[in-house]
Amino acid sequence: MHDHTTPATSTTTQAATSTATSGTEDDHVYLSLAEAAPGPEGEGRWAYGTGFADPLLGVDTALPAGLDGADLAAYCLMLGDDALILAQRLIEWCTRAPELEEEVALANLGLDLLGQARLLLTRAGQADGTGRSEDDLAYWREEHEFRNVRLVETPNGDFAYSIARLLLFATTRGVLYEALSAHPDPVLAAVAARGVKELAYHREYATAWTLRLGDGTPYSAERMQAGLDAVWPLLEELFTAHPVERRVGVDPAELREPVLRALGAVVAEAGLTVPDVPPLATVLGRAGRDGVHTEALGPLLAELQVVARAHPGATW
Amino acid sequence: MTESPAAPHAESPAEHKAEHKAGSKADSRACWPLYEVFVRPRRGLNHVHVGSLHASDDRMALLAARDLYTRRNEGVSLWVVRSDAITASTPDERDPFFEPSGDKVYRHPTFYDIPEDVPHI
Amino acid sequence: MVTAEVAEAVPAQTPEDRFEAVIAAEQRIEPRDWMPDAYRATLIRQIAQHAHSEIIGMQPEGNWLTRAPSLRRKAILLAKAQDEAGHGLYLYAAAETLGVDRAELTEKLISGRQKYSSIFNYPTLTFADVGVIGWLVDGAAICNQVPLCRCSYGPYARAMVRICKEESFHQRQGFELLMTLMRGTEAQRRMVQDAVDRWWWPSLMMFGPPDADSPNTARSMAWRIKRHSNDELRQRFVDMTVPQAEHLGVTLPDPELRWNEERGGWDFGEPDWSELTRVIHGQGPCNTQRIERRRTAHEDGAWVREAAVAHAAKRAAEHAAAAAAAEQHTEQENGK
Ligand SMILES: [Fe+2]
Ligand SMILES: [Fe+2]
Repeated sequence: MHDHTTPATSTTTQAATSTATSGTEDDHVYLSLAEAAPGPEGEGRWAYGTGFADPLLGVDTALPAGLDGADLAAYCLMLGDDALILAQRLIEWCTRAPELEEEVALANLGLDLLGQARLLLTRAGQADGTGRSEDDLAYWREEHEFRNVRLVETPNGDFAYSIARLLLFATTRGVLYEALSAHPDPVLAAVAARGVKELAYHREYATAWTLRLGDGTPYSAERMQAGLDAVWPLLEELFTAHPVERRVGVDPAELREPVLRALGAVVAEAGLTVPDVPPLATVLGRAGRDGVHTEALGPLLAELQVVARAHPGATW
Repeated sequence: MTESPAAPHAESPAEHKAEHKAGSKADSRACWPLYEVFVRPRRGLNHVHVGSLHASDDRMALLAARDLYTRRNEGVSLWVVRSDAITASTPDERDPFFEPSGDKVYRHPTFYDIPEDVPHI
Repeated sequence: MVTAEVAEAVPAQTPEDRFEAVIAAEQRIEPRDWMPDAYRATLIRQIAQHAHSEIIGMQPEGNWLTRAPSLRRKAILLAKAQDEAGHGLYLYAAAETLGVDRAELTEKLISGRQKYSSIFNYPTLTFADVGVIGWLVDGAAICNQVPLCRCSYGPYARAMVRICKEESFHQRQGFELLMTLMRGTEAQRRMVQDAVDRWWWPSLMMFGPPDADSPNTARSMAWRIKRHSNDELRQRFVDMTVPQAEHLGVTLPDPELRWNEERGGWDFGEPDWSELTRVIHGQGPCNTQRIERRRTAHEDGAWVREAAVAHAAKRAAEHAAAAAAAEQHTEQENGK
């Protein structure tokens, strides 16, 4: 988990710099390759787009007294699964974005969320005492064991739908992370503290595109409104508390007011209407946080897990 | 005379933009304007021209520049400017505009004889 | 300063002379310099093809993004795809300094009038392909591209510096993945060998046709756009790769591969050039799908790009109106 902690001065970085900039040394581009460290050391800067400072640097990973490990684990899974599943959806945009600059931006969002997911899943495996790794949890759980909200799992739709979803998620998650950066678990607090900055960018990105599409052409306004209308029924679940959230996290009901106010302002500025639609019903009172999902999650997980599951026990 | 940041696209894209405006509105390729990107690599250094990108507005240009040119922490500060807002000297990098300094040889390091055995100068 | 030195060394008169003098002095041609039409056209074609290759090159590996078997590999692969988009953008930016715009080049790509590297018309069939592409394809790209950091055209050379840094990391990541797989299960090792078998020959073809069939090489070399011939670069790639293959424990699928003591290099067999020609002419396993994906993305994105332009225009008009109103207000104040 700490493999993206490498300072910029790592030997690999220096090697590459000398390789590329010393023009007269065309002949030696490969020299250091065979000695490349087999482990992840030194690769972090290149594996992660931004924010490669280790958010857990100097953070005590021991479980603080008074926190229930099982509850903390369940809570980290909820937040980690949200990030993982939305990252997977964002990744599906790769090579399909409306402009090349947006390829880069969407990948950044995906990388941020993936980074959060990895830290949170790892924390879940520590907190419940099973020692399961991020990959054990991402690749070897069944669909009903995933605790993400349904908002993040629905298919991407068009660009407007994806932006609408991102707007709802990033706005809510940003407010939540702000509250969580004071959480008694130092690991969760550290993840949230970094996440606040990342989510601020996600929110700005989604907001800017909501405005451009809403106040762009008549067609784009129509698409943006349709996107908002389609995701809005999934918003309520983000404010609906699971008992674990009440016990160990932030009661999401507290997010409702600030989030709705922020969303309302963006939607109004975009010249659009806040959808007046009822929330998506649950199944016998159960939804994503209880492991009861839409039909969209199964195929997503099948794809995500297929290679790992074809090779039980293999290392990648 | 280091590379003049003002030069890169100042001629051609402007011409092309003119074409685009003249072209039919139905053109589905709706081209975003070109921006030049400048990065300050470290405190104490000037912003340096690093390249360009397309964006529909200034804010988008700045965010895209961050993602594109500094995503590995290459800079501490970014400028973006519409390419068509740049005024360049004249249409040649080797420009009479800069000639006057060309004959004051003391401006150039070649004027000073440096002993052969001083390394890396 | 550089300019002054050239001017002193060569009292050049005509633009042609100055161009030749800059090239001869190993200096860089910059966008607003006079340059021969053919030089400009050659560069536009080459840089555009290169940019297209970066963008199309996202697809074969992107094919495994959603299925990457560990979250760390997923992040690495996503960062790599992002780099490739960045490479495409740096290169399109360099091409635009020559007086074309990206929309025009994209149009040429999706209508099949401009090419990209044929290697990307081969399918990626297992996750080991991701490692082998990093090792061999990014590796071959580095061999081709490091000399371009000294290309005579300034913007292209500068773009290549950063690109080469990132490519060298892609290659290391690919190699590291392969080392991990080779230390893994029997199935993983088989997967690697199978991928090497499929990618080895196409990688060799990345350097282009044999020198005898490469008519433009001489002129590109005279212009210092190219520094080494296709066959030189291919030989260099083979010489560097063979020891790495041994280190990995994979077999390169060429029975004619043997060390030539006399030359101090590896002898190797002839790639199937007729296959390359077929792939170039659109009959490769993935030509259609690669272009189709790019076209779809571009066309599906048109309404989004248009909306952004329309929005920016509205905002600009609002600002202009507000500024005009403010000015009028000031005038009235001053009139009092
Ligand atoms: Fe690349
Ligand atoms: Fe690459």
